[in-house]
Amino acid sequence: MGDQRAMVDVLFFAGTREVVGHEREQVEVRGDATVSSLLDALCSRHPGLEPHRPSLRVAVNESYVELSHLLAAGDEVALIPPVAGG
Amino acid sequence: MSVNHCITDEIRVTGEPLDVRALDSFVSADGVGGRAVFVGAVRDHNQGRCVHRIRYEAFVPMAERVLCEIVAEAHRRFVVERVAVHHRTGDLLVGEAAVVVAVGARHRGAAFDACRYVIDELKSRAPIWKKEFYDGGDCWVTPTP
Repeated sequence: MGDQRAMVDVLFFAGTREVVGHEREQVEVRGDATVSSLLDALCSRHPGLEPHRPSLRVAVNESYVELSHLLAAGDEVALIPPVAGG
Repeated sequence: MSVNHCITDEIRVTGEPLDVRALDSFVSADGVGGRAVFVGAVRDHNQGRCVHRIRYEAFVPMAERVLCEIVAEAHRRFVVERVAVHHRTGDLLVGEAAVVVAVGARHRGAAFDACRYVIDELKSRAPIWKKEFYDGGDCWVTPTP
């Protein structure tokens, strides 16, 4: 399980997209990776994300999930900074 | 999302200018005795600074999905016949409509309550962001209660 690797698609929006410099990234994660461990990996790859991390919500395949959510190969993971519609 | 409500509801996140009258018409029906329409527009100031324009960005498919969920909730909570929600994306000038929520109900109370519920939930849950442009700067807006 944990030795297997899986690819997930990460989407960035608004301020986090500007920090990262692009809107989409493919990330390879362990087979037992959670949203939280993906955020660890993203923050070490993009240190500028770290200050945003406490305010981020995460959606997997267009639904909000908890940090403990287990990722699966092919998941689309969206980092959602504080929303401000309306 | 509740498929049952698709016929009676109209939900869209779009780069096109919003048409308030079209949404008001959409929620009109013979059984509708009260219609509430909320229009959120670009204001020329925020927190003491002059705002020239606002850029709205959305994760469109998820935003539409979240709006469908919110509208389905409104149908469960209030006795309403039809709900329409359109949200704009892209660059908007002062005075332009950024969001329109229209609700048609048998009676005014449910129309007002559902309209308020939908706009409040939209603001807290829909993946939509705005960047304000001022003299000499810009800023992603953090949510206000």
